[in-house]
Amino acid sequence: MEQTAVETSTKKHTISVYVKNNFNALSRIVGLFSGRGFDIDSISFGQGQEPGMARITITTHGDEQIIEQITKQLHKVVDVLKVQDLTYDAFVERELALIKVNAPKASRSEIMQIVNVFRAKIIDISPESMTVEATGSQDKVNAALGMLKQFGIVEVARTGSVALKREFHGQT
Amino acid sequence: MTPDVATIEKEKQQNTNGARPEGAQSGETKELTGAEIFVRTLEDVGVDTVFGYPGGAVLPIYDHLYQKSGFTHYLIRHEQGGTHAADGYARATGKPGVVLVTSGPGGTNTVTGIATANMDSVPMVVFTGQVPSGMIGNDAFQEADIIGITRPITKHSYLVKDVNELETVIHEAFHIANSGRPGPVVVDLPKDMVKTTGTYRGSGKVKIPGYKPVTRGHHSQIAKAAKMLSEAERPLIYAGGGVNLGDAASELTELVEKTNIPITTTLMGLGGFPETRSQSLGMLGMHGTWYANMAITECDVLLAVGARFDDRVTGRLDGFSQKSKKIHIDIDPSCISKNVEVEVPIVGNVKEVLPELTRMADAPQIDNWWSTINQWKEEHPLKVPYSEDEITPQYMIEKISEVTRGEALMVADVGQHQMWLAQHYKFNHPRSMLSSGGLGTMGYGFPAAMGAAIGKPDRTVFCVTGDGGFQMTAFELATAVQYKVPVKVAILNNGWLGMVRQWQELFYEERYAHTHLESSNPDFVKLAESYGAAGFRAKTPAEMEEVLEKAMEINDRPVIMDFHVTKDENCYPMVPAGAALDEMVEGEE
Repeated sequence: MEQTAVETSTKKHTISVYVKNNFNALSRIVGLFSGRGFDIDSISFGQGQEPGMARITITTHGDEQIIEQITKQLHKVVDVLKVQDLTYDAFVERELALIKVNAPKASRSEIMQIVNVFRAKIIDISPESMTVEATGSQDKVNAALGMLKQFGIVEVARTGSVALKREFHGQT
Repeated sequence: MTPDVATIEKEKQQNTNGARPEGAQSGETKELTGAEIFVRTLEDVGVDTVFGYPGGAVLPIYDHLYQKSGFTHYLIRHEQGGTHAADGYARATGKPGVVLVTSGPGGTNTVTGIATANMDSVPMVVFTGQVPSGMIGNDAFQEADIIGITRPITKHSYLVKDVNELETVIHEAFHIANSGRPGPVVVDLPKDMVKTTGTYRGSGKVKIPGYKPVTRGHHSQIAKAAKMLSEAERPLIYAGGGVNLGDAASELTELVEKTNIPITTTLMGLGGFPETRSQSLGMLGMHGTWYANMAITECDVLLAVGARFDDRVTGRLDGFSQKSKKIHIDIDPSCISKNVEVEVPIVGNVKEVLPELTRMADAPQIDNWWSTINQWKEEHPLKVPYSEDEITPQYMIEKISEVTRGEALMVADVGQHQMWLAQHYKFNHPRSMLSSGGLGTMGYGFPAAMGAAIGKPDRTVFCVTGDGGFQMTAFELATAVQYKVPVKVAILNNGWLGMVRQWQELFYEERYAHTHLESSNPDFVKLAESYGAAGFRAKTPAEMEEVLEKAMEINDRPVIMDFHVTKDENCYPMVPAGAALDEMVEGEE
């Protein structure tokens, strides 16, 4: 995201929403963002710890007033049990990317070195390409992608970030 | 995170008042068809009135209604009319309005009525038929994704996927529609869900884990508000629809009586405080009184009660009540600091918060403030032009106010007449002015008045409408005649889409594009008579008085009064769109 004068007052927020996994719940949540003109930078949705429940992690940005509206509106959705804006707490956040990169014999060892540095994994290989699984913060995944770019990226699939509040508040 | 969000989070977890205590407690378990479960459960939740229109997908229910039912079904003539009627019924009685329609067009025709109810927080449950579950998604005959279509305009919605869940879904739907900030709920019923048999338990327990509206306000916030009001030099109360919806008119009146603070209401708040009392400044906003708009501009403490700072109220935001510190009581936390930043937010039900505030607040020293306001009142009163040859709209409203002694239940359509009604009728009781404030739905008035009259048979119900708005839903005359609903409809007939014409005159250099109706208007008297209603026409004040008297005598059918009024009268004061409240235009002499 480029830093401009307007964006100095807006901040990235990671919001974790725990919902009843009703067929309509995700649509309602996404709909309230689109209907009210709020931005979604990324969203991930997956089963929660209890059956029939789901956790949605939304990353968004905006000034204080917009973020306050977003959290309040999320609270209003009947299927929503809990809304946490993790931005004000210490939290852990991960994103996953599958990166298919050109990998003729000559570049394979270099790619493998880069993959090691990022603690990523190679999960598929063919004579012409390799698929890399990279996890980490958005910045780390971006950096891994940036380093692999030189070999020629064939395809990328990225999840939105998933996040949980950090419970251990020692030195980080 | 602001403190109120944290508070809500905590309250949400602590508050366990979510379950509906009433409901059937018979405890019997029976195998019934979905249609039977549907009817039994509606009876269990206390429904006595349903507005509906049959069709293929809901035929099993209608077939069951043919044999037996514990509620009255009103056959409306169009599903939009049905939702507005249910809306009027709900606003007048405080009970949720109930609508039953078929799939596809049956559902889509309800959309305007649902959106209207959603914008004004009206409790409503709309049952839509749906094609059988196995056919959903196959573009079956009369299939529409009504859950998808209505998602942004409902508080919540259900698609019944198991007949055994039907009973619980209905209980939840009514609980959600009628609690917290009320609103419309859609329940989509696939045909097989009402045809097949399932278990009826007769238990009314509702448990929705994510839904626990906060009703009690935060004590220390209320104390802070009380202190601010007591120390204010120029305080003002601005009351909105929450006072009517929350049945908090007497609590509000007590606060004003104790503190003598001036009070202005929004369109939706009219009737929330008796306008015959000296503290009332009438309505504020785009067509509010001069003195109310000046008071809100000049006040130093503003107490907003169940109001949402709508743009029709605030005018230009950066010119809105700049000198005041603001306190906002609202049951919906998302309404607080949405448009206007407030110093003291109080999340809660106005009915519960106000008595606590009244106990803690002392009367402030505001004699100077009152003399300023009284001077404004004297210098800039609302004008009522009068002529012996022509009926002026303002005079027409004054006459209706006089004939009904301010006791009628008034329903407005949308347009100039709506604003004149709001300005010139003296509302003294809550739930006595029904109007589409949020969505501004033309065509709302007549069917809503019909629904209100069905819900409140002991009250005189007047609909004030225009020649444009009335024609949008005039077909409901058939319903009103069939069920002998004695709605008195006063058509302010100026031959124009008057409010649009006013804007064209003031802001579009008198280019009256497609707003002239006169040459194509029907003969409203004949129209009324052809349906079996009573019809009268008046062109002078004397004729009007005569017609009003005759109309008051008729109680077994609707009455249409076609009042030909001054054609080019404009509604003033007016705050032009995008202007601040103190930039009102008072109009020509």
